[in-house]
Amino acid sequence: MSDRPAASDTETPDAETAEERPKAIDLREEYESSGVDEVLRELDESLVGLAPVKRRIRETAALLLVERARKRMGLAHETPTLHMSFTGNPGTGKTTVAMRMADLLYRLGYVRRGHLVTVTRDDLVGQYIGHTAPKTKEVLKKAMGGVLFIDEAYYLYRPENERDYGQEAIEILLQVMENQRDDLVVILAGYSDRMEKFFESNPGFRSRIAHHIDFPDYTDDELIRIAELTLGEQNYTLSAEAREAMVEYIHHRRAQPHFANARSIRNALDRARLRQANRLFETAEGPLSAEELSKIDASDIRASRVFKIAEDEADPDREKDQQTPK
Amino acid sequence: MRITQGAFSFLPDLTDEQITKQVQYCIDNGWAVNLEYTDDPHPRNTYWDMWGHPMFDIEDAAGVMYELAECRKLYGDNRYIRLSAFDSTQGWESVKLSFIVNRPKGEEDGFWLQRTEGAGRKIRYTTHPYATRKPQGARYS
Repeated sequence: MSDRPAASDTETPDAETAEERPKAIDLREEYESSGVDEVLRELDESLVGLAPVKRRIRETAALLLVERARKRMGLAHETPTLHMSFTGNPGTGKTTVAMRMADLLYRLGYVRRGHLVTVTRDDLVGQYIGHTAPKTKEVLKKAMGGVLFIDEAYYLYRPENERDYGQEAIEILLQVMENQRDDLVVILAGYSDRMEKFFESNPGFRSRIAHHIDFPDYTDDELIRIAELTLGEQNYTLSAEAREAMVEYIHHRRAQPHFANARSIRNALDRARLRQANRLFETAEGPLSAEELSKIDASDIRASRVFKIAEDEADPDREKDQQTPK
Repeated sequence: MRITQGAFSFLPDLTDEQITKQVQYCIDNGWAVNLEYTDDPHPRNTYWDMWGHPMFDIEDAAGVMYELAECRKLYGDNRYIRLSAFDSTQGWESVKLSFIVNRPKGEEDGFWLQRTEGAGRKIRYTTHPYATRKPQGARYS
């Protein structure tokens, strides 16, 4: 392949930019024409709360937009490091934001396809010697041109086991993250404290990740809004008393173990829908209207175990319920 | 003698950028791309050694180019590498596009023609690649 012709017949991007390098770039126009505007607006509208996250994404988008403009003017050639880490408690919207991020990077032209590949340790680390490298490479190949989202990334590194194959996966990941920055963006996600430890023991990761975004817990008000939004999407409504019950529910649920923010709320609503269906089935006489079919009552929510546990805790004389809520 | 097999073989060798575009075209059509290598250039040698599995579920050409780079690292100097794209929409895999993406660095020394005389002045012709006079793995070096 040594006698390759000069690439005069092909359009190399360099030749293209050299020919029509613009004198000035209107950032506002760039912003609107790239469709970034739309992604950010969608992010604002469809995601409740998360103000610091949205701010960081806005900043990142601005940086990338400017970087792109600089590139077109011939001021920059290196692709900026785009690998990110999302830290936060469960159910704070890390995966959802990662999906939006993939879309954003696609619209800005930093990834070519804009798909999101979500993996955990199981998808990267093999079970026997020689199994890990092909497995990791397979995943990396699938994610190329898009975003690789590694959920609970700290499980990759198991310090207690010296021969853990996770280390091998980490090495391959680091290599590709460094050498093929044009081809893929890696987002690591997990709980804040454990990610911190993970980065401490893998300094290679920390230095290759430019953007650390922390996801705060939702406030009670935000969770209520999430509940209403979720139900609205499914054509359900909360009655006034049910809304009150929901507020109380959120308050109690937060104090109990395994609270997973928006995910807990979604599960609670799924169970409320189940109870509503049961209630309608058992009590309904004659035909039901659309309104009755879509109304969630206070009783549907108050039947939850969460209230019982909260009561038991407030009144320790009563026998404790051994079960923990899901 | 330059081997001409598959598509584009009468053109100058494709650059990596051109290969990437071809691969992306295949992927966009939903074809699975596969890499194969050999050091036996006989035209009837259709079954080349496979480099890994055919690459299903890949969205972007970079994944294939990554494997091609790995394959070249090992076999780039003394093997032919070809890239084939398989279409499975009919229920079986059929080759839609196939072209050579790597030639051995050593001289491509072509074929010799063997004539075998039979009964009644009949002659049978056979072609042999010069390369295959050496054992597999030791050719083109």
